Amino acid sequence: MSDQAAVSTGQQPEKRRKKDRKGRPSVLRLLLNNQLATAGLVIFSLIVLVAALAPILPLPDPDATAPADRLQPLFSAGHLLGTDALGRDILSRLIWGARVSLAVGISATLIAAFFGSLIGLLAGYAGGRTDTLLMRGIDMVMAFPYILLALAIVAVLGPGLLNALYAIAVVNVPFFARNIRGIALGLSRREFVDAARLSGKSHAQILFGEVLPNVLPVIIITMSTTIGWMILETAGLSFLGLGAQPPQADLGSMLGEGRKILFTAPHVSIVPGLMIFVLVMSINLLGDGVRDILDPRLKSGSLTRPTARTAVERKSVPATDVRGEDAVLDVRGLKTEFEIGSSVYRAVGGVDLKIRKGECLGLVGESGSGKSVSAMSIMGLVPTPPGRIVGGVAMLGDEDLFSASDERIRQLRGGAVSHVFQDPLSTLHPLYTVGDQLIEAIRAHQPLSHASARQRAAELLATVRIPNPEERLNAYPHELSGGMRQRICIAMALANAADVIIADEPTTALDVTVQAQVLSLLAALRRDHDTGILFITHDFGVVSAICDRVAVMYAGKIVETGTTEEILADPKHPYTGKLIDCVPVLGQPERRLDAIEGRPPVVNALPPGCAFAPRCPRAQPDCLQGEIAMRDFGPERGARCLHPLGEEGSADV
Amino acid sequence: MSEPSQELAAQPAEPLMQLDAVERTFGGGRTLFGQPRPAVHAVQGISFDVKRGETLGIVGESGCGKSTLARMLTGLDRPTGGRITFEGEDLVALIKSDHRAVSRKIQYVFQDPLASLNPRKTIRTILEAPLIHLLKLGRTERRERLETLMQAVNLAPEFLDRYPHEFSGGQAQRIGIARALAADPDLIVLDEPVSALDVSVQAQVLNILADLKRRFGLTFLFISHDLSVVESVSDRVAVLYFGQLVEMAPARQLFGQPRHHYTRLLLNSAPAPGRRNLDAGDAESELPDPFNPPPGCPFFARCPAGTQICQAEMPALCPAPDAPEHLAACHHPAGDDRDPGP
Repeated sequence: MSDQAAVSTGQQPEKRRKKDRKGRPSVLRLLLNNQLATAGLVIFSLIVLVAALAPILPLPDPDATAPADRLQPLFSAGHLLGTDALGRDILSRLIWGARVSLAVGISATLIAAFFGSLIGLLAGYAGGRTDTLLMRGIDMVMAFPYILLALAIVAVLGPGLLNALYAIAVVNVPFFARNIRGIALGLSRREFVDAARLSGKSHAQILFGEVLPNVLPVIIITMSTTIGWMILETAGLSFLGLGAQPPQADLGSMLGEGRKILFTAPHVSIVPGLMIFVLVMSINLLGDGVRDILDPRLKSGSLTRPTARTAVERKSVPATDVRGEDAVLDVRGLKTEFEIGSSVYRAVGGVDLKIRKGECLGLVGESGSGKSVSAMSIMGLVPTPPGRIVGGVAMLGDEDLFSASDERIRQLRGGAVSHVFQDPLSTLHPLYTVGDQLIEAIRAHQPLSHASARQRAAELLATVRIPNPEERLNAYPHELSGGMRQRICIAMALANAADVIIADEPTTALDVTVQAQVLSLLAALRRDHDTGILFITHDFGVVSAICDRVAVMYAGKIVETGTTEEILADPKHPYTGKLIDCVPVLGQPERRLDAIEGRPPVVNALPPGCAFAPRCPRAQPDCLQGEIAMRDFGPERGARCLHPLGEEGSADV
Repeated sequence: MSEPSQELAAQPAEPLMQLDAVERTFGGGRTLFGQPRPAVHAVQGISFDVKRGETLGIVGESGCGKSTLARMLTGLDRPTGGRITFEGEDLVALIKSDHRAVSRKIQYVFQDPLASLNPRKTIRTILEAPLIHLLKLGRTERRERLETLMQAVNLAPEFLDRYPHEFSGGQAQRIGIARALAADPDLIVLDEPVSALDVSVQAQVLNILADLKRRFGLTFLFISHDLSVVESVSDRVAVLYFGQLVEMAPARQLFGQPRHHYTRLLLNSAPAPGRRNLDAGDAESELPDPFNPPPGCPFFARCPAGTQICQAEMPALCPAPDAPEHLAACHHPAGDDRDPGP
């Protein structure tokens, strides 16, 4: 690979990166999209602003008593919110009180976050005895009811706002420690920590330089959701007379003072009560919004939730009456797009696939070529938004799947068309036995009693050659090996006599000997049940083991089709040739592996003409001019290439 | 990585690293109340030499202990039995006295390139860490070294200020290789360095590795489950099964005339373009229970040549009658009875 190639490949992601930044909504936009969080943000900012400006606002002294003006009602002259039992202006006390409550709540949160996170980080990173010791200490703190503990601390330290602050901080330390410990524990077992160790970093450098930056978002999330709670607790202690001492105003103590005259002058307690409610509510709404944005599990980059089925917005519908003679599944002109931000990714740009009864069609390509999206589009499994099907038909027998009703698709999923995915551990539900999951799959489509469904499930396990099927029905997924789990998934796909099985890299995660077992099982089942298989893989070795025909995919298009033998012996498209050549072959260790230079194109900015041209050694100027049609090389044999392999002359110019 | 260095294999090379009956047990011991805890023997009594300048391939399926072995060889884990020596010194003692000294000599390339890069650090910070902590280089020296490193793995220097998520798997793995190379080590342990990559990218990375090995005179320990990849890179190959070394030989010999039946099964079940029927072996049998290992050969349940002695007694690692370098732990090695050799 030349340096030039490295530089040119470097520029491509550069361009893409800029687009991506534009494409993904900014944090603020995501927050503003959440209306409740926006409301929280506005109210909270307003309260903070007013509280911060208290010294310069034209307010009367909050602590100045005026017995003559005591218990003035709301909206009385000079006192907008009236006065309390000592004649102090309630509005002024409210603003100054909110200032104190906010300061105490926020500082308590910071203190608790600092010490709690430190304990959590240490416990999670060190593990073993240190972890046990620290966490049992934390457990002891948690074993007391929090208010009791806070009372005990204040009782020891004596009443006062500062002591209440310490008490609340201590009470909340376990909350941070437990949260952070869990995250730190997971991070400390990650490979990049090992890598840092091998780079010569000391434990302290790893803990604060490698682990902490990854924990920070969680600390912020936890803080944003605890501040409100802390303000409530401060108010609680002040209400009991253990926090702010008279004459200092704070929301809790105002509430406590108003309690005695609740029936004669309700406004004295209702006003601070409302303030606490509004303040805590706004913080919680904002905190939830911040959590939704920062939490990686909730981060989808999309502003709405995906629907149960891919949206179909077809601009072009190919004729559905031209019946492919014996095809059980016939996909024509399938186009699927993803709209992310302002850019449109044309992941699948017009794909034709035909699968006959009992036939196995291999769909081969590099990652990002669109093979999985094509397969998922068939049953509408591509998440919308951002995905949508914009063209083509998928004929299952006489039925166009893209115009079928949602209910019909639900019946067909796992029935006539079923899927086997790459990772069986994430496909199976970890909390149910494999028997329960199989029985559910059967009963969703067939009116069988539980007992007969169980009988059928055991038969299915026997079909996929699992020993002791009756007993294995009671096993949980984690109790089985990877190969066994994948067999369960295949059994599930077979449960309702599927016409077509869509298998997305079903053996990639398996060991070679297990892979051979699963492949021979799939081949046998296909013969016995006459099931068509769409087999997605990147490995030409696997293709030769199971597939009758192959479709090679590149940048969202099928670039070559033919029988497995023809394609392996005589590839026409240069991409197919390269893809076969870069695989090391057993028994030929001397062969220099022929790497494909560069990277696949980004599907939101495809070049006109052949997408492979920039990486193709045979590319000519005409390759980049306009759409390249599939050229026939025989019955069911075609390649989308103007200068195919084995056709010299024009290529050597 | 096209031509395994034949000249190097022919020379009598001194062993760079020696493993002597290395063991690693997880769990075990006793609980607070004296109950014995179950123990898993991840690696059991493995002995071999790594010669300076060679590529030693280590093959095995998941759960055979190859990653545990790799972690012990790089000092990330310690053996519970046996001895590992590096250049004649005890590795465990060396790590205890100065773990940085070990990291200067032995480095590691991880299987999952993205997981091994801290998502919140730029490539520059990641690659500078070994230069600062292991080599104690100054600012200008670091800048020069970073440039050389990026060039060595064929990446543009602009990439230095980007974050890991902006890279494809192949590029990320090249950064992982650059990091391993940064401290100028003698031995690099590569734990499945290409199995997470696309086939087209896999070839790029393998070619870069071959090139680096030649330029810097490195010794590679190449761990993989993919036989064809191991065959294309290795001078010698060791096959692990269930934590034990079952066969070890020069690559050509091991792939040409495998003696252990497990190696044969591996070879016959590997898919290859143009191969129609894969040997699925005995489809129903699995690895033995690691908590209750069988007394005899762990492969017995799946072995076509197993007899009574296999069930009762673990076979020792023995050289082939005609090839002293070809070791196999089998009571009935393939090829010996039918073809006694010249």
